[in-house]
This record gives sequence, structure tokens and C-alpha cells, in this order.
Amino acid sequence: MGIYLTKESKILVQGMTGAEGMKHTRRMLAAGTDVVGGVNPRKAGRTVDFDDRAVPVYGSVRDGIEATGADVTVVFVPPAFAKAAVVEAADAGIELAVVITEGIPVHDSVAFRAHAAAQGTRVIGPNCPGLITPGQSNAGIIPADIAKPGRIGLVSKSGTLTYQLMYELRDIGFSTCVGIGGDPVVGTTHIDCLAAFQDDPDTELIVLIGEIGGDAEERAAAYIREHVTKPVVGYIAGFTAPEGKTMGHAGAIVSGSSGTAQAKKEALEAAGVRVGGTPTDTAKLVLALLDKGRDATDR
Amino acid sequence: MDLFEHQARELFEEHGILVPRAEVTDSPKEAREIARRLGGRVVVKAQVKTGGRGKAGGVKLAADPAATELTARQILGMDIKGHTVGKVMLAQPVDIESEFYVGYVLDRTAGRFLAIASAEGGMEIEDVAATRPEAVARIPVDPAEGVTSAKATEIAEAAGLPPRTVDVLVRLWEVLIREDAVLVEVNPLVRTSRGQILALDGKVTLDDNARFRQARWGEQESAHDDPLEAAAAAKGLNYVKLDGEVGIIGNGAGLVMSTLDVVAGCGARPGNFLDIGGGASAQVMADGLSVILSDPAVKSVFVNVFGGITACDAVADGIVQALDSVQLTKPLVVRLDGNNAVRGRAILDDHAHPLVQQSTTMDGAARRAADLANAA
Repeated sequence: MGIYLTKESKILVQGMTGAEGMKHTRRMLAAGTDVVGGVNPRKAGRTVDFDDRAVPVYGSVRDGIEATGADVTVVFVPPAFAKAAVVEAADAGIELAVVITEGIPVHDSVAFRAHAAAQGTRVIGPNCPGLITPGQSNAGIIPADIAKPGRIGLVSKSGTLTYQLMYELRDIGFSTCVGIGGDPVVGTTHIDCLAAFQDDPDTELIVLIGEIGGDAEERAAAYIREHVTKPVVGYIAGFTAPEGKTMGHAGAIVSGSSGTAQAKKEALEAAGVRVGGTPTDTAKLVLALLDKGRDATDR
Repeated sequence: MDLFEHQARELFEEHGILVPRAEVTDSPKEAREIARRLGGRVVVKAQVKTGGRGKAGGVKLAADPAATELTARQILGMDIKGHTVGKVMLAQPVDIESEFYVGYVLDRTAGRFLAIASAEGGMEIEDVAATRPEAVARIPVDPAEGVTSAKATEIAEAAGLPPRTVDVLVRLWEVLIREDAVLVEVNPLVRTSRGQILALDGKVTLDDNARFRQARWGEQESAHDDPLEAAAAAKGLNYVKLDGEVGIIGNGAGLVMSTLDVVAGCGARPGNFLDIGGGASAQVMADGLSVILSDPAVKSVFVNVFGGITACDAVADGIVQALDSVQLTKPLVVRLDGNNAVRGRAILDDHAHPLVQQSTTMDGAARRAADLANAA
């Protein structure tokens, strides 16, 4: 089953006719994703051919939903137009908006996040790789061939660290991997994903990847302590990051004593989360926990 | 991007917030002239993007134009927490009756802005919040509504600020929205003995993501005190200089941060953060290598790429091409994993550059790069 995304998900792509949109729509389709349409007011009525599939272009998200029953949109539009795109999708009643776009002004993210919440739309991102339920559907830019379907749920601020961990654990496989994005303001948090994985029968163990900045990991730790009974393995990046310097992601900055990797690691460990020292160590912790679980059931 | 105090002051003034008369200069002689224009007695304030400059001797009262020149000469060039003072602001002294704090900060968890206000201004607001949390009002602002007069009244009343600050709170919100700031604060906001409400000092942080629609600041070079950071920025690279001996190149912010940590765990210090993103073209690789190799502290370089969207053979081709244009002077350890890793490794093996080594795991490659740096 996985979370937020299944093989039944019908996906629209806003910005499909742009270079990034084209490239990744092709990859999503190749992974078996049900991409039902693109959205571009200037190209409404046309179709775009992707290998063996012709995908129609609609003039608006509303038209796309009416014609196809789409429930998910993946947003590739440039930063200047991203806010309008998400607001349009939320107004049209989309359930899930996955915002890949990097470089959106924070006031725009604040605005569309609030607007979407009021309309009952879940936003994932912005500045994220999207999410994948392997073997079923892929909404975003996570390479679909890294890992097979399996029992691990993964939530991460970072795209490439997600890929790295998926690769290390490719033989076990994943229920769903969610890249929530590295911006200061994101629509879906670690806690949202932890809650969903806790309720997902296909997820046996949860991997949580965090990085410096903000206090989302500390909050996640508090949530785990109260509400998560499944084993959680953590990894935090940015122990060597100096104070006051943004490390690539807009949200990845240590300010004063807040947002440090050490504080996040300690908070997670205090909540019973095993935290790996490197991505490879983290994968080993996962394997050890899953083996232990298997031994227990075998007995 | 943080603005200097004098730039923040300029924005406040443009948005109708009262500020003291002031001018900025980098010359002691001109400071004397400015002091004369402002009435003789001025406050000389170092313009640096860091706190605690008062304690460091970067803010001084000068009694007359001659004293202003002398004081400006002392403060210009001063080092305050690693920031060199390039300019001073000369401001008319103000007769302060009481000091307040007002600001808007991003609440990352709630995904919206928070008004922070206190009747105890003049100190670091973090200190006030730590010792007397009840003295600091924190009021969330609905992004759809913003700060109206009614909202500003709510904020002022919660913090126990005089009614005349309401107008400042509304205008300060305008600064936040219109200028695409992610932080604005006035500390202190003062009431003078004549009852005026004046913004005496302020801090504004602008959103780098909004440069495309904020032309005015886009023209300004963002300040890179470090020459390597400036060189990297000129090439469009996402580079941060650190104090170590292992140069780092990787793809994706999270993976690069992780790479720094793993290198540190192997007993060496990372020399930089450099995220070359998903593309990893030959040009970007060459630009990155040339910046890192020009850092005299760097003794070895670690290229750590996970081929997700990018295929490793394309990355390997990029490295080989980059080595044609960049003279490799230090050992390079490459770890390629993921998509087409085997083909990528074969390309580098065929190239057989004497200074290039490969390792198939991130931890192993980090260990190798650290050992090479420590042996050098």
C-alpha cells in the first residue's frame, strides 16, 4: 500500500511541457506511473507523445481533474509561477500537490501552504524530489530503478541522501520514500510521514533522514516517543557545518545553538531511535533491526 | 542576504518608519563633514553584519566633528568577530525615554511569520526571552490577512507597547512583504522624550530566492568576505569555504553535508562544501576543481557522486574532460555509485591519471582522502 501514493493515483503534471517536466514525465511513465495529463493554458488540447503513450494537455488543473479524475499534481513550473500553480491546484480540489520547484521565495511558500491547508490539499515540498511507492507510482524525480518494493518507509529532507539509502537497502525494498524538501517552510513534515508510516500495514520499519536547521527533527523525536511503535532508524547530516552558513539547502543553517546536528541526534536517540554515523552505518542498523525482528517471529 | 544597518534604515525610511537622521561613509574626513551637517554631536556606528558590536567598541558617541573624525578613524578597519568594518554610519543622537523590541520572524514549524514584540528593548531579544519569557509577546500572523491595524493593535497590547507603535508594526510588515524579507527587526524601537517613535537600529534579512523580483538588491554582489567563496560565486557554484585539508565535491546538498561529516569521522577536516547538483557537467566539474585546487590548505580532493538522475558514466566523462583543462596538483579520490557506476569507474580506470584513485564505497573513499591529506 505505502503512503500518499499508490498505483491508483492519477497524476497531472504542471509544467509538463518544459524541459524538466518532459524529462521527468517520461521517467514517471516508464516507472508505471499513471500520468493522465499535463497542464499548460497555452497548449490546451494538444497531446505530448512519450514513447508509447500520448498524454493530453489541459488548459487548467480543473479541466484536467474533470477529464481524468486526477488526484495528484506534480509541479515543475519555474519559481515565479509556482505559487499560482499550487493555489490553482488546491482551488481545483486536488488531494496532493508535489512541488519539485527549487528556489521559491519563502513568502510564496508560506502563502500557498496556508491556502492549500484551507482547501484540504496536502503539499509535499517545495524544493523536494517528490515521493515514490516502488512498483506502483512515482510522483517526482526519484529514480525508480534504485530499489524494489519492500518493508521500509523513508522520509528525508535530502534527495541524494534518499537515493543513497535506497541504494544501500535496495534488496530489502521500500513501501514509500518521501522527500519532504530542504526549504525552511515545507508542506509535509517528518511528523506527518511518521504518522502515515505508523498506520501503513506495508511499512515495518521507518528511516528518518534529517539535516541541520530548524527543529523538525527534535519535534519528530518527541512525536516518535509518544506515537510511533515501529522501529525508527535515523541519520542526520551536517555535524561539521559551521554556524551561520547555509549549506546548499535554503533551510540548512545552524543559527546560534539551534539547529545543530548533535542536538537532533541526541533528541532522536533519547526517543529510542538508532542513529547511524554514516549513511552506510545507518543501512547496517536497519538490516540488523530487520534481522532481529525476523528472528523473533521465527521463534 | 543580511543587510547592513544603514541599508535597513533606508528601507524603514522608505516605508514611512521614522528613523534618526544619519549618513554613511568609509572616510574619516568625510565623517567630520557629515557630523557638521548633522549638528556636531553624532553616534559613530560600525557597519558590520554581526551582533555585539557595541561591546566590541564599534559604537561610540562623538562630541563634535573633530572627535567624529578621530572616532571614525578608530572604528574603520576594526575587526569585529571576524568582520572588517568598511563603513561607519553617523547618526544624530536621540533622547531616549523608553526602548522596545519589534520584529517579524519566520516560524518554520508553523510555516508562517510570527510577530515578536517586547517592552524591554535594547538588549538581545534571545536573552530577554530566556530570562523573562513573559516579557516577550509572540503572535502568529495569518499570511492571507497580514498585519492590519487591528492585528498590530493586538501585538502592541500583548507586549505592552504604547499605541503609537501600531503604525510602525503595520509599516514594518510592509517592509517584510514588499522587500521579500525573511526577517525584520527593530531593536531598539524607542520613544523619545518628545513622544516620537523612532527605529534606532534594525536588522533585515532578504530572501535570496526572491532576487528575480527584487531587482534593487540583485545588482548588489552578495558579500563574500572569503576570496575563494567570491570566485566560486562568480562561477555560479554552491561553495562554502571551511578550515580543512580535504576538498569536497558532491551532488546534492544532503549528500555533500554527509560527505563532510564522514571525512571528519576519518580524522581529517573538510576544506569546503561544494554541491555541483544533479547535472555534474564537465564545465561545472572543472570550475569546482579549479576553485578547490586553488585553496592552499587543501591537500587532497574527494569527489563523491551518487548517480541517481545523473548517470555515473556521464559524471566520469565530466571528470576526464575537466582534467584536460585543469592541472591536477593534488590527489583526487573518486567514489561513483548508483546508476551506471560500473561503466563510470571503467572510464576513469581507462584514463589512468596518476593522481586519480577510486573507491567503490563512500566510507572507504573518505578514509582514503583523509589519509592522503594527513600524509601530505
